[in-house]
Amino acid sequence: MIKAIIIDDEPLARTLVKEYLASYTDIEVKAECNDGFEGLKAIQEHQPDLLFLDIQMPKINGFEMLELLDHPPAVIFTTAFDEYAIRAFDNHAVDYLLKPFSKERFDKALEKWKAIYAQKDTRPALKEVMETASHSPLQRERIVVKSGSSIIVIPVDDILYLEAADDFVKIHTRKGHWLKNKTMAHFEQQLDPGRFIRVHRSYMVNISEITRLDPYEKDSHILLLKSGENIPVSKSGMIKLKEILS
Amino acid sequence: MTVNFLSIYKKSRVPSWILGVWILWTGLYTWVATEMGFDLRVALIDSLISNILLAAASFLLINILKYYTPGKGRYINLVALTIAITLLWYVSSRAIMLYVLKTEIGAGPFWGKDFPVRLAIAFLVLGCVALVYVLVGTMEDREIQIHRKSDAEKLAREAELFRLQQQLQPHFLFNSLNSISALVGSDPTQARKMIQQLSEFLRGTLKKDDQQLISLEDELHQLRLYLDIEKIRFGHRLQTEIDISESAKSATIPALLLQPIVENAIKFGLYDTIGQVLIRIKATRENNQLQVTVSNPFDPETASPTRGTGFGLASVQRRLYLLFGRNDIVQTFARENQFVTTIIIPQHD
Repeated sequence: MIKAIIIDDEPLARTLVKEYLASYTDIEVKAECNDGFEGLKAIQEHQPDLLFLDIQMPKINGFEMLELLDHPPAVIFTTAFDEYAIRAFDNHAVDYLLKPFSKERFDKALEKWKAIYAQKDTRPALKEVMETASHSPLQRERIVVKSGSSIIVIPVDDILYLEAADDFVKIHTRKGHWLKNKTMAHFEQQLDPGRFIRVHRSYMVNISEITRLDPYEKDSHILLLKSGENIPVSKSGMIKLKEILS
Repeated sequence: MTVNFLSIYKKSRVPSWILGVWILWTGLYTWVATEMGFDLRVALIDSLISNILLAAASFLLINILKYYTPGKGRYINLVALTIAITLLWYVSSRAIMLYVLKTEIGAGPFWGKDFPVRLAIAFLVLGCVALVYVLVGTMEDREIQIHRKSDAEKLAREAELFRLQQQLQPHFLFNSLNSISALVGSDPTQARKMIQQLSEFLRGTLKKDDQQLISLEDELHQLRLYLDIEKIRFGHRLQTEIDISESAKSATIPALLLQPIVENAIKFGLYDTIGQVLIRIKATRENNQLQVTVSNPFDPETASPTRGTGFGLASVQRRLYLLFGRNDIVQTFARENQFVTTIIIPQHD
């Protein structure tokens, strides 16, 4: 039996997917979820083979929920997003269904998924989805991290600075710091360049937190943040800073 | 001869008052000439020749100015042009005078002692013609420019208002259609009802764009259609509370203003919290002002209401600015876990 989970904040939208799935006797809907939190729980509990996932949902969106999974299952996105927004990832998702979608279109998506499922190798495709999903304008206002068993939503305005730490990025806020399994380059792309600036290979700061810039040794500078931290500035970082602060 | 003059005059399409002025001027000229001692015949011939040619010179001057109007600060060119035409006039009028009157008294030498006076008079007349023509032309230009500018502004304003009103979220439409698609299978009666609600809502948004102010009661009817659809979409998660004072019901409000505000509140509430969302809409009327407040819950831990309150409110603010010329009509504030949007609509009755 193939296990599926439907995650959508609109009950009728879930009903429709369930109805379309009724003709597939080999697929069983293990859970229906209202939001990403319920979704995470259900995914952990049932280890599904297939997700039907909405993008715009309460608190954390579909992309953010997937980011929190170590081994995300195959995903078919169901969304009312316009084509422009969806084009960013259309080559990489298993498939996406634009609401309202027909049974024929739904069947096509399942066929596509079954072809991939037969090879038992859905993970590379999904990795790519996640990389391109980061271009989505939806993500810029907050970052979702996992801390133990709880999920923390950090509004980007709360971030003081980001620091590279091996394979992780350390996100510093006034309330503490969290680790996210991403690269600095990823955040450089994802965060608004008008609000965040990469001043060093290992540091990216929130521009509104900068209070002072002092010279430090030859060719380098040091930034003082409102919260008291000192951040090193590289030569190329200095050029970017001059541009933005002038 | 007379007929010829008349037909020339008619063809030239010169206003009759100018002809009147010309006749008066010619008469005056004749009278002055007789006073100076010329006999009437000579004075009349002198006057007619001088003034017909002066009219022709004016005509020439105006036609030159039609193709060349001196720019600002280039009035020296205008004076030079006038002097040149004045000299041309003098030479031709004297030549004709000498030809017609031959050696009679009054024909005078070509450059007689009356030469400066004649020249001065012609220069003044032609100068006046040139000046009046240029001034009137400038004023007309400016008027046309002002008209064009205000027309353009009005058009832009109307287009912008129209666009702001039409900003219906495609998300809303597509998700509603998706819900209907689901209902068709599970509850056809309800599906039919939702199609009817959605149609009535859409018709309302199309119908109301020409009449700018409507009663709050009509606006609420439209809003309820919208809320009913949203409640079907989100099920029990979405609840609303509408509290309108009796006096506020008849107050007027720009059509389709509340829907984007409520839409913003619903989105903010639904996507920023988990669980039930209560949207409160309250309207009161005091001191010739209608005040409407819309509140939604939010999570102060994760949301920053100052940023990202949505495009919805920006367009509402812009629209109210265009309508009332005021920027203080929409106000928002956050209190504990409630985000409140207040609008104040001036009432003029």
